Amino acid sequence: MDNWKTSARAFWAAFAPPTFWLVAFFIIPLSLIWLYSFSSKTGIIDTTLDWNLNQYARALEPLYLGIFWKSIWMAAATTFISLVVAFPVAIAIVFAKPNVRMWLLLLIILPFWTNLLIRTYALIAVLRTNGFINNGLEWLVVHADWLLSFVGLGDNTLIGPFSPLHLLYNNTAVVFGLVYVHLPFMVLPLYAALDRLDRSYLEASLDLGAGHFRTFFSVVVPLALPGIASGVIITFIPAMGSYLTPDLLGGTDSQMIANVIGNQFKGANNWPFGAALSFLLMYATFFALAIRAFLMRKDGRGTK
Amino acid sequence: MADQTLSDTPIIQIKNVSKIFGGNVKAVDNVDLEVRRGEFFALLGPSGCGKTTLLRMLAGFEVPTHGSIIVDGQEMSNVPPNKRPINMVFQSYAVFPHMSVEQNVAYGLKMDRRPAKEIKERVAEALDLVKLGHLGKRMPDEMSGGQRQRVALARALVKRPKVLLLDEPLSALDAKLREAMQLELVRLQKTVGITFVIVTHDQSEALSMANRIAVMNTGTVQQVAPPTTLYEMPKNRFVADFIGKINMIEGEATDAGNGEVRVKTGSLGEITLKGTATGKVALAVRPEKIFVDEKQPTDPSLIYVKGKVGEVAYFGSYSNVFFDIGTGTPLQADISNVSSDIEEFTFKTGEEYWVYWRKADTLVLGD
Amino acid sequence: MRLFKRNPDPMGPLDYSRRFWLRATVAVTLFFLYAPIIGLIVFSFNNSRRNIVWRGFTTDYYVKLFNNESLMLAFGNSLTIAVFCTIFSTILGALTAYVLWRFRFRGKAIYEGAMALPIVIPEICMGVAMMVFFARIGWPTGLPWPFNLSAITIAHIAFSFPFAAIVIRARLESFNPELAECARDLGASEFQVFRDVVVPHMKPGLIAGALLAFTLSLDDFVITFFTSGPETVTFPVKIYSMVRFSVTPEVNAASTVLILVTLVVTAFALRMQNRNNMLSNAA
Repeated sequence: MDNWKTSARAFWAAFAPPTFWLVAFFIIPLSLIWLYSFSSKTGIIDTTLDWNLNQYARALEPLYLGIFWKSIWMAAATTFISLVVAFPVAIAIVFAKPNVRMWLLLLIILPFWTNLLIRTYALIAVLRTNGFINNGLEWLVVHADWLLSFVGLGDNTLIGPFSPLHLLYNNTAVVFGLVYVHLPFMVLPLYAALDRLDRSYLEASLDLGAGHFRTFFSVVVPLALPGIASGVIITFIPAMGSYLTPDLLGGTDSQMIANVIGNQFKGANNWPFGAALSFLLMYATFFALAIRAFLMRKDGRGTK
Repeated sequence: MADQTLSDTPIIQIKNVSKIFGGNVKAVDNVDLEVRRGEFFALLGPSGCGKTTLLRMLAGFEVPTHGSIIVDGQEMSNVPPNKRPINMVFQSYAVFPHMSVEQNVAYGLKMDRRPAKEIKERVAEALDLVKLGHLGKRMPDEMSGGQRQRVALARALVKRPKVLLLDEPLSALDAKLREAMQLELVRLQKTVGITFVIVTHDQSEALSMANRIAVMNTGTVQQVAPPTTLYEMPKNRFVADFIGKINMIEGEATDAGNGEVRVKTGSLGEITLKGTATGKVALAVRPEKIFVDEKQPTDPSLIYVKGKVGEVAYFGSYSNVFFDIGTGTPLQADISNVSSDIEEFTFKTGEEYWVYWRKADTLVLGD
Repeated sequence: MRLFKRNPDPMGPLDYSRRFWLRATVAVTLFFLYAPIIGLIVFSFNNSRRNIVWRGFTTDYYVKLFNNESLMLAFGNSLTIAVFCTIFSTILGALTAYVLWRFRFRGKAIYEGAMALPIVIPEICMGVAMMVFFARIGWPTGLPWPFNLSAITIAHIAFSFPFAAIVIRARLESFNPELAECARDLGASEFQVFRDVVVPHMKPGLIAGALLAFTLSLDDFVITFFTSGPETVTFPVKIYSMVRFSVTPEVNAASTVLILVTLVVTAFALRMQNRNNMLSNAA
């Protein structure tokens, strides 16, 4: 690696364009927002930069704090469910034969590469009152009733009539959608962490008398913990800042923080407040990243 | 190592065990073995001979494709590894990096749900046994390889298994440590009295530590015998060549009755020897059994031939001398230095001597 | 194909992937991952306006899709933006990767952190920041096509070139510096070394980075939503408004088309990535 001074011209030639773009079209816009967060609204579209903390104070009011809290909560639920589902899948992939492994990973990743909007939209058809799940359940109920009345019970109304489940436009739908979208994000780091684990630790644990579950919790999890933590964080952060999924699948009560921010800029036209909320979200994100860096420092223990 | 009184009832019986991978790769081919109670038993062979697979089948990490394994009278086919009365010391030691030494050693006892007081006592006892008593609170990454191996030993022995398996225990140690550990393992085994089964590719390890050795090649057992028998009376070419150094002179053998065969060789003429192998055979003799003289020997119980000195390697207490005896392959002789007369004991390339050895020390080996 | 040959070996204690419950979990998970998407694709051929019950196969809605002017315009916009974004992102990403790979300088760690920012910050934050930025500096609106897409394009480039930089940097790690030294020794200038020795080595990384930037741009919704206007609608934004209205097979058809385009590009990118890996292992 050269010191930049050894080829100063080459350095500047390569350094200048991306830096210009980053500064002009990223840093400056963000700084603008930062300034707005300290401003007040002084008219329908006018704002004054008066360096006050009112916007932040308002952002921390119970109403908005509640929404923050709800976003964190839903992101946490999403992460937890994803973890529980992804772990067996990751284990199955790690212990599969090498060529099968590649195909399984590909299959898990592929949905990730399709458009988020489309994936979320596809869920609407599944979850709505007239959607796949409800129609399927209805079919089951009707046929079960029919079977029962066939043997003389009920008269076709024992289990039915079927009233469809309200699976859409509520918090459940949002969490369901978030899990659906973020599952591949969780499988990959888990797979990577488990793959690097030396199998003789598992064999040693079994040899000493531990059962499979005991081995899992006493040996696998502690040694794979940094990788697990990584997966948890990189699922949690995008889930927390999610915009589309709560927008399409949620009801009026299921707004997450990104939706509220969006509203300030598109609807309510309260840019200073939206700016404060944005920055609070960013700080939360950075905090989560710091935790991840801290947890990753023990990475590599127990690897082959 | 043969001066232990061993019980005759086998503690392990391996009956017709085969392990076939993917339908056509035979790692272990129809092996029949018995290990006696209290024995130090070695599975010896080159890499790929199936010894590690066999060991893992004993531990329960591989399931035999055919055959059965019986440990202390109990059939093991449906018994998973965590329920077997067998414990293993892994080649990489597999000491849990996130637990201290004490926690590692206590792990197996915790799985047995022993009371805390008992665990504490037994862990201390086990650590003393491997001379790590003062290092209980250390973490594995603060210890050397040799120390971690002793942790693995303590961890396995503390459970008082019926059999202890060791997978290439000395391969990761440097030469000096290896020598020390060889003695240590034998001492340990005598102290605790448990049956040890080790897997190794190093024949000098097996020879110095084991009561009996099973020599394996390409999935089959070639010979099972105590070290002295293996060395002096190998059954076939593979075993003879694998254990120690040996000279082989090709020849044709025909039965001569009375447990003897007549062997026709190129440069040694026709010799009648004790043996049973016929057809294409090798006359085999160990280098240390060969002597030299300037005069031609006359004793009929000796085999002798004229040899020209080729390469010489001087080792102080003996010289490793290669003689050209006209068979194409030089004859290796380890000649002891029994005289301090330098002239008498130096061999120079091109010198001619009579090279001889006893017929009784000669083996007739088939394939 | 030997895919379904029964495994004759008896199952060992750690053969988890052969255990029934794990296999079942994987199968069920894959089913849940793919069923909605497959349902969407299947129902794009449904002969029914309200698209609730299957009423017969038709490709009418694809015809309607391709005749829908505003939708086609939106698709055209998306492609245009994606193409420009790809070109610029690849160049900027390559330069970034080169600087970070080759040079030491004060504050490099901070610079690397700053370059990672567009990747880690929530999209909504970047989206509103761009919107505010363009509004405040009075970015001209009402420009003729394609200049009216400039705001969106600029924003896309800003968030995708760091991604491209990562991919290209990974490729650069396998470059043997002696090749560059040799070229210098033979008389090449800095620029010539870059053009004739470094760039050819970077090529698989450049292609992978370009494809990544293309997909990111084509699929983006949030940032585009906040930087676009009624005259500058992109494909995902248009689909969004259609979805908000109702669920019709036309939306399904549009979605299917987008899935296909993404899949083709991704498959291509993966093949390039494979070559990337194989070549870097060889070189």
